[in-house]
Amino acid sequence: MRLLPGPLRRKNGDNGKADGNGNDDQPKSDIPGALLVSRERDEAVINGRNGQDAKEQKALQRERLKEAATEVPATVVGWVDERTGMGPFARGFMFRKVPKGTNWFYTLGSASMFAFLSQAVTGVFLAMYYRPSADEAYTSIQHINNEVFAGELVRGMHRWGATVMVVLVFLHMGRTFFFGAYKYPRELNWIIGVVLVLLTLMMALTGYLLPFDQRSFWATVVAVNINASGPVIGPYLADFLRGGAEFGATTISRFYALHMLLVPGLIAALIGAHLYLVAKLGTTAPPWLKAEKKRELAKEEI
Amino acid sequence: MPGAFEGETVTRRGLMTGGALAAGGIASAAFGLPALGFALGPIFNNDEINDKWQDVGAESDFNERTYVAKVATLVTNVGEPGKTTVYIRKAAPEDRSPSDKPGKPIMPYVAISTRCAHLGCPVRYVQASEKFICPCHGGVYGKDGSVDGGPPVRPLDRFYTKAENGRVFVGKRFSVNSKLERFPHPRDPSNHLDGLWQYIYPGRPST
Repeated sequence: MRLLPGPLRRKNGDNGKADGNGNDDQPKSDIPGALLVSRERDEAVINGRNGQDAKEQKALQRERLKEAATEVPATVVGWVDERTGMGPFARGFMFRKVPKGTNWFYTLGSASMFAFLSQAVTGVFLAMYYRPSADEAYTSIQHINNEVFAGELVRGMHRWGATVMVVLVFLHMGRTFFFGAYKYPRELNWIIGVVLVLLTLMMALTGYLLPFDQRSFWATVVAVNINASGPVIGPYLADFLRGGAEFGATTISRFYALHMLLVPGLIAALIGAHLYLVAKLGTTAPPWLKAEKKRELAKEEI
Repeated sequence: MPGAFEGETVTRRGLMTGGALAAGGIASAAFGLPALGFALGPIFNNDEINDKWQDVGAESDFNERTYVAKVATLVTNVGEPGKTTVYIRKAAPEDRSPSDKPGKPIMPYVAISTRCAHLGCPVRYVQASEKFICPCHGGVYGKDGSVDGGPPVRPLDRFYTKAENGRVFVGKRFSVNSKLERFPHPRDPSNHLDGLWQYIYPGRPST
């Protein structure tokens, strides 16, 4: 059994006999193969040509170190791979085949994911300065904007990135819809995607309150009352969102917890499932290629 | 039963599987249910709502012709955002509501909440046209708070009022339907209160 086929295989010290279980003919040693080979050669050099000038030896040693250094990444990757067996999966995921006709529209999913990642990273750092209370929220945002180094930039990225993420997610959804990529066997991925759209909108809604200025306050009042307009459970849903019958001290901490813990956690988990299914099922060819194929088939039949 | 010993009604494997699932379920419920109750609790309590009578000024501050804007506290623990404007005028005989018992005196003052019955934006009173106007989606209300136009589904909410020792007090808020009948639990904006609608928008324990 060879655990490391293909490009991830260690180049030196792998003479085809090593089977990954330690049952090889080589002497057992903790020193990685590359270093072992180098040392043997080095010893030969020292024994055989004793008395050579030091300069040449130094050059040899340098070369040996260089060789060992170039092997480090492969050694590290190999070490991880031997213990996780990730290699085949990682290769399958990174170098999977895509259908003919794949174009720029197919990057919208990755773009949405990177928008989420940027929101996650900037959000984590904003949380270091933000204080989610009715008294302090507004002043802490002012503090981030005006006093914290690069605060305006980071908050700007989070604030505008939110809009970018919503736009990208909808474009991605449109791509999937118009390319017919939601059809069998990808229905479950479509459903996960729809949940992700809803969660993204929930992020936008809960994040809107956090600056706690007049605009966000009244926008949230309106948004919660829209929830209250649902029959029977609407008023209770509004109570849940506000943490009471009126917009109170609980509301902002509640929105903050939803915004930075619950919803992002769900989004991250669902993105994982979404990606897994994409890797598992592959992507679809654009519809115009399918149409061509159909025409060709029709011709053949005639 | 296949796999079971003589006289057994459950296999050992089945018992272990069931037991492990049950233990997992109980463990999850042990932290899940309290957490859920913790999050849903505010639906069932009204601690934050200010239900005390509040002094809003002397009786001489108010008249029957126009509204005077005063500030009252709705929510106690949140500071500025918990305050609201209340429009108050002296009640006229035609302000008698169907909820007032015949022969009994009516509330001495009309105190109108600024919370729009459409989606909760703050309305303002315009004396020239004698209308309440909402800035958000164009709701318009007449002088008694009943809907004149736009999307609102019911008249503006009101506050209980009383006069004592020459001072005017406002109490709890209540909602009214289009006949100005009082509903004790103030409903959220967007909740209809006429006809059958009132039953699909129930009053809540939190109000």
